Amino acid sequence: MRPEIWNIIFGKLSWDDIPYDVLILDVTFAAVLLAALTVFGLITYHRKWAYLWSEWFTSVDHKKIGVMYIVLALVMLFRGFTDAFMMRTQQALAAGGAQGYLPPHHFDQIFTAHGTVMIFFFAMAFLVGVMNIAMPLQIGARDVAFPWLNNFSFWMTVSGAILLNVSLFIGLLGRTGWLAMPPLSGIAYSPDVGVDYYIWSLQIAGIGTTLSGVNMIATILKMRAPGMTMMRMPVFTWTTLAANVLIVAAFPVLTATLAMLALDRYLGMHFFTNDMGGNAMLYVNLIWIWGHPEVYILILPCFGIFSEVVATFSGKPLFGYRSMVYATCCILVLSFVVWLHHFFTMGSGASVNTFFGIATMIIAVPTGAKIFNWLFTMYRGRIRFETPMYWTVGFLITFTIGGMTGVMLAVPPADFQLHNSLFLIAHFHNVIIGGVVFGLMAGYQYWWPKVFGFKLDDKWGRRAFWGWCIGFYLAFMPLYILGLMGVTRRLQSYTDVGWQIYFIIACIGMLTIGAGIACTVIQLVVSIKNREKLKCGPDPWNGRTLEWATTSPVAPYNFPQDIVVTGRDAWWQMKKQGFKWSTDYQPIHMPKNTWAGIVPAFFALALGFALVWHIWWLVIVSFLAAIGSIIYHTFDFDRDYYIPAEEVARDQEKAKEAYV
Amino acid sequence: MSSVNEHASHDSHGHGSFKALMTGFVLAAVLTIIPFGLVMADVITSKAFLMVVIMICAAAQILVHLRYFLLLSSNQEEGWTMAASLLALILLLIVLAGSLWVMHNMNKYMMPLPESGYTYLDDGTIVCATPEIAQQLRDAGVTAKIVIQGQ
Repeated sequence: MRPEIWNIIFGKLSWDDIPYDVLILDVTFAAVLLAALTVFGLITYHRKWAYLWSEWFTSVDHKKIGVMYIVLALVMLFRGFTDAFMMRTQQALAAGGAQGYLPPHHFDQIFTAHGTVMIFFFAMAFLVGVMNIAMPLQIGARDVAFPWLNNFSFWMTVSGAILLNVSLFIGLLGRTGWLAMPPLSGIAYSPDVGVDYYIWSLQIAGIGTTLSGVNMIATILKMRAPGMTMMRMPVFTWTTLAANVLIVAAFPVLTATLAMLALDRYLGMHFFTNDMGGNAMLYVNLIWIWGHPEVYILILPCFGIFSEVVATFSGKPLFGYRSMVYATCCILVLSFVVWLHHFFTMGSGASVNTFFGIATMIIAVPTGAKIFNWLFTMYRGRIRFETPMYWTVGFLITFTIGGMTGVMLAVPPADFQLHNSLFLIAHFHNVIIGGVVFGLMAGYQYWWPKVFGFKLDDKWGRRAFWGWCIGFYLAFMPLYILGLMGVTRRLQSYTDVGWQIYFIIACIGMLTIGAGIACTVIQLVVSIKNREKLKCGPDPWNGRTLEWATTSPVAPYNFPQDIVVTGRDAWWQMKKQGFKWSTDYQPIHMPKNTWAGIVPAFFALALGFALVWHIWWLVIVSFLAAIGSIIYHTFDFDRDYYIPAEEVARDQEKAKEAYV
Repeated sequence: MSSVNEHASHDSHGHGSFKALMTGFVLAAVLTIIPFGLVMADVITSKAFLMVVIMICAAAQILVHLRYFLLLSSNQEEGWTMAASLLALILLLIVLAGSLWVMHNMNKYMMPLPESGYTYLDDGTIVCATPEIAQQLRDAGVTAKIVIQGQ
């Protein structure tokens, strides 16, 4: 027994919680430490700390925040992919009595981490990054509605991501799967800190996501350039609006549900236990009320990205703009009436299952309309097969297959066979990789030149696409087959050696996806090295929407003067009318950088860690510090400044010269 | 953009008066104290009635917040606040009604069945040993034809 004072200082935390006896974790820790030391060393050597602090960390510029979101997302992609690597190799090995190299205790943490990291910290972070970069430019705004909040949201997401990853080396992560269903996630069956890491990491990141949703909605509704009516907004802006409405509507449900789970675990309450009137099934019901809209939060902005890409590279206005907008709004509402299809087998009656089954199939109608709109946009267009277009065509085919297997799962009697099988795993990877990842990659290739002023390397971009595309089919088609054979998800090992060949093919597919990811990294390095050669003007793709009107890279104030919009595809019209920027520059009103994003978020991270380990003094201190720093910030009235007209003029001249 | 200074002058109706805020605060406090007090003092014996009272207070509380704190009216912000509130209301109704329906169904069909004392015939009919077991099956939501042995 250690002395009481230690328990007060360190809570539940002790040396035994450091998993130094797990070799994989030791190696990982050494690698992470080495990488961190290298990065810190390089930054210190090149004296870049002040630069990073003043130009990036405290920046309220929506482009820079967007870039930081995407950097976070790529790091998290690496983490999530490593988890996928371990699961696929384990399952390729552990057949017919073999146990592979991961014991169940470790394997179960890995699939929990994979799902949580990929959805919350890869896909969501990437998405919010792309929305941050493109949306304000598309509506002709100078920044988002609440620049400070934007920075704060980003750092809260980072804090959540760090807290989740701390569980690798201090303690452990839940062994419950990415939705932490009770009673397994309750204190009786998960008495360790794993689920607590999950809860507080998502609560912290969830605050960031919800606030960023509020921010984006306010930006779209209040800050559009004069003349840009709702029906003149680019489709990406529309889908961003819809996705953020869903965020604001659905994320509080997640927050409340996880709060109730936390109350069960910390204060011995009984929301989701079997006694005292609690009901574990209510958790499943609530978490999917958030979970299903979440799927559409991910996919809707990607639909928007594809709409921009298809129209641009087909050299035509988007086919059926109005139907695209209405389909988006239909999906927004319908996404709230289908949640039960995630638990058809839990025991509702035929009437409930039928209702939700049919509602699910109905969603395929507006989505199908969108697919046809993209096809008709390409029809008779002058298509240029640049890299974003590769991802788009790959999406059209892959997503359609995923959609159809989704409709199969929407049939309740079929679902009783397919539920929790690898068929389900194959289905949702089919739509999330084929839809969300392909969409994000298309957006990444498409908007990169806007942010950095040079294009990404073509050849490596295409290789990355083929790696992802072929890899996806290799990795997940075998899972469809296994699922139809009745193989359930999350198996650490299995006895039937007949399955092994499919798992081996899936493993090869995973490695092919890994090659695709490697190509993305190489593309980045090669492009940065050749940035002089790849340099491009403001409008490298012959674009249609406003973001292509201004310089690349975009000046902090976005547009040197106010724009008046006269129709849809605003920049296309301006080009046709021979638009020229006037040289009569005015001073531009801008927000100042602020420390009040990263500092409170750091205290939130400390708060999360303290809550996980029951370090109550730190809970109080960090909570007060987080709230206190925000209150202190509200008394800071010196938040804005003017960029003088001469500086704008100098900037614009320099940008023009750069392209010649 | 930090538009604090520019907007402050013509935005006075946007933040509500002190009176509106205090009215809202008092009403919200009262609507919190009533259900809390009812539970603590244990004055209402009927649990169903108590829950109805709490629900009504909660709904009234929502309206108070919308009216006095969020200053909801149809002519504000080009009607966007009203449109957003209506969407929120629709989603809330879907979620609440849906959850009640779903959970009611679960409760109905997931009641534990008696462990023994009944068998199935080929046509799906259930034969029970005693009338009590038949009753338990019916309570658990079994809709198949139930007969009692020897009858």
